[in-house]
Amino acid sequence: MRPADFANRHNPPATILNPMSRLLAIAIWLIAIATIVLMAWFRRLPEAISEHSGRIDHQFKITMAVIGVGFFVAQVALGYIVWRYRAREVESARYSRGDLRVELALMMVTAIIFIILAITGQRVWAQLNLNQSPPNAVQIEVTAQQFAWTFRYPGTDGKFGRTDPRLYNDADNSIGARPGPLGIEPSDPAGKDDLVTGSLVLPVDRPIDLTLRAKDVTHDFFVPALRLKHDAVPGMKIHVHFKALKEGRYEIACAELCGQLHHQMRAMLEVKSQIDYDKWLNEQIGKVNNRR
Amino acid sequence: MTAPPGFIRKYIFSLDHKVIGVQYFFLALAAALIGMLMSLLIRLRLAWPQKRWPWLELIFPQGFRDGLMQPEFYLAMVTMHGTLMIFMVLTVAPQSAFGNYFLPIQLGTREMAFPVINLSSFWMTFLSLGVLIAALFVEGGAPIGGWTFYPPLSAVPSAGPGQGPGADLWLVSIGIFCFASFLGSINMIVTTLRRRTKGMSLLRMPLTCWGWFTTAMIALLSFPILFAAALMLLADRHLGTSFFNPGGLSFSGRPIAGDGGSPLLWQHLFWFFGHPEVYLAILPGMGVVSHILANFARKPVFGYRAMVLAMLAIGVFGFLIWGHHMFISGMNPRIAIAFSMLTLVIGVPSAIKTFNWLGTLWGASLHLTTPMLFAIGFISLFISGGLTGLVLGQTALDMVFHDTYFVTGHFHLIMGVAAVFGIFAATYYWFPKMFARMMNEQLGKLHFWLTFIGVYTIFVPFHVLGIAGHPRRYADTLKYEYLRSLDSLHVLITIAAFVTVAAQLIFLINFFRSLFADQRAADNPWDGTTLEWFTATPPVRDNFSGKMPVVYREPYEYSVPGAARDFLMQTEP
Repeated sequence: MRPADFANRHNPPATILNPMSRLLAIAIWLIAIATIVLMAWFRRLPEAISEHSGRIDHQFKITMAVIGVGFFVAQVALGYIVWRYRAREVESARYSRGDLRVELALMMVTAIIFIILAITGQRVWAQLNLNQSPPNAVQIEVTAQQFAWTFRYPGTDGKFGRTDPRLYNDADNSIGARPGPLGIEPSDPAGKDDLVTGSLVLPVDRPIDLTLRAKDVTHDFFVPALRLKHDAVPGMKIHVHFKALKEGRYEIACAELCGQLHHQMRAMLEVKSQIDYDKWLNEQIGKVNNRR
Repeated sequence: MTAPPGFIRKYIFSLDHKVIGVQYFFLALAAALIGMLMSLLIRLRLAWPQKRWPWLELIFPQGFRDGLMQPEFYLAMVTMHGTLMIFMVLTVAPQSAFGNYFLPIQLGTREMAFPVINLSSFWMTFLSLGVLIAALFVEGGAPIGGWTFYPPLSAVPSAGPGQGPGADLWLVSIGIFCFASFLGSINMIVTTLRRRTKGMSLLRMPLTCWGWFTTAMIALLSFPILFAAALMLLADRHLGTSFFNPGGLSFSGRPIAGDGGSPLLWQHLFWFFGHPEVYLAILPGMGVVSHILANFARKPVFGYRAMVLAMLAIGVFGFLIWGHHMFISGMNPRIAIAFSMLTLVIGVPSAIKTFNWLGTLWGASLHLTTPMLFAIGFISLFISGGLTGLVLGQTALDMVFHDTYFVTGHFHLIMGVAAVFGIFAATYYWFPKMFARMMNEQLGKLHFWLTFIGVYTIFVPFHVLGIAGHPRRYADTLKYEYLRSLDSLHVLITIAAFVTVAAQLIFLINFFRSLFADQRAADNPWDGTTLEWFTATPPVRDNFSGKMPVVYREPYEYSVPGAARDFLMQTEP
């Protein structure tokens, strides 16, 4: 190829560089359209069953609408500019260093939109995280380990027994096992009726308060259907609260890389009616007590 | 008169910033090729998790069993891919490679402020890469904790495969890299502040120089934190400290000693470095894009001062928002609100830069050479990737999308593609000056088209996966019913990834063939205005043959009304 004779290209014959302009403009427009279509058709959020999920999904939709419009307008503008301002014999470039008024106007509009999004985004967060759960919330403890979830119910006394990391015994996780995988101190009377399970069973329409714990590394308790996700950190007891509004079975996943089987840390969430939940709970606690 | 330098002094242990720049470039190129191959292995498992690959087992006997890729091999690839790409490619190529080569020239000076430190920095980076690669070959293999390396998983050598010697080598490699980058940043800052030629005021510097300068300031202040964190983690692993160990840890019934530390401390330290790091990866590319746009639009950059202020604002604000990686880490939720507000604020200077790029193109006379195509592609990709940041920056929405493919899609569009387009644009633009040959335009355009379409095909679907709740760093999703319907999307992405990586061969062939082409390039093949086009091709040892340039003009005087040609070089009175 000859060395670029760029000077001659400043007034290029129409055939050399113009097709690339049109091609690029069309490509950018097609990408913009394809992206919007793909996202609109396939952006299936998982089914939402918690009390706060409506507000979160609403905030998400508003945000996606705003950025969708921004994305489309910006890409179309880019494509238009590439098409319209391709190098041509008749027209040279406009010497302009900028326009402060346009800059400031665009900056203000952008800043206002971003700040509104930022503020509206905090409301749901504040409602979820800055308030205590109600006093009658069902208390359940969630413990993460490589590579399983364990759930603990406080039993009829409503109190969790003390746990001691030195007592962890993964080998025996039969019902009522002490100390068991959570290391429940056998001497602590509060722990005698604690129910330890591998599935999270909840009553529908009741406030729930989960205490997240971890035995070895940082994990993350993620229930897509509840729109709930939070890290479970060793050495910390972290409370999250929500209300499930629909009965059914939903999957729980780990969302913080915790080792080679991070992708297999699955558990089930079962939301039952209050009657079915009470029946289940009494049955299970009965089995725990029978084992004594 | 001294004797001319021998081969070793000229090409291996050279004090010439141009040679060092080229050395960094080839280091980044090698790392990028390895990183890309790793990404293909990642994609293979995601598309076909139960397929057997007997020939891969021959190459990686530890990583495969009966031809099946083991999850720990997958996670090692994820960890090493991220580490190589972020450190050895995105921190090295835009800043250390092109910055070292062109900063002194664009400033009109003969050499960097500290050439010996420069040489040491390169060889330290080279050593760091060697140590990192060595992690693949030690007992247990490469670490599996992701490039983010969170303890306790990374603090306890027995916590998983690869977390033993492999993790130690990773930490040592990163420590060396931090030190080398820190020294390199001092060089760039001092050179920019003290070595500009007569007439080159700060506001007459090309935007590339502002990009390198801001990036160097970021590196200066952030790399020492990562260095400290790496030392602390090594101490936890081997010296019995408990910076990150809260006590009471037990792995499969085996208790681990330690008490009083916090896993969150690592996250604060790491992300205090890690967030500025991503701006470090993109800012030089932003400078290059502005520079190239002006050149091929034959127009000044729209709002030069606003562009400078926006870069500085991004640099400053970049240090105030690290907590947005930790909204649901256990950190105080009130602080999360503060970080979230600041995160959305940093979108404003980024938006200003995008408006100004569009403003630069408006009313232009656009010449779509290959560097220009990549620069325009950068803008399109930056718009796409940047906007999804507005979702992730909101606390409540991040709760849904944290650690899903939505995040992976976001950062790949910005770093894995836009920043890389900046590197490609710079390569095609400056190749004639560095190697005195032109790259082939047809191959360049083909490379652009395949890559541009390819990366959109790969990464837009990532957002669909994320919205569906697909967690990241999963070796497969076979256990989850709610993810079954996404299997075909994984196959599509993998095929697109293979095609796009294959398209990079076009770039490699073009690059290496052009190095040995017959026809030499002119000194100023693009009719650019800045000082690098004023030198010989390639520039001589002291850049200007003893005649230091005097600067009379701003950097982007294209299409000045009344001028004889459509550009006025900075040296023209």
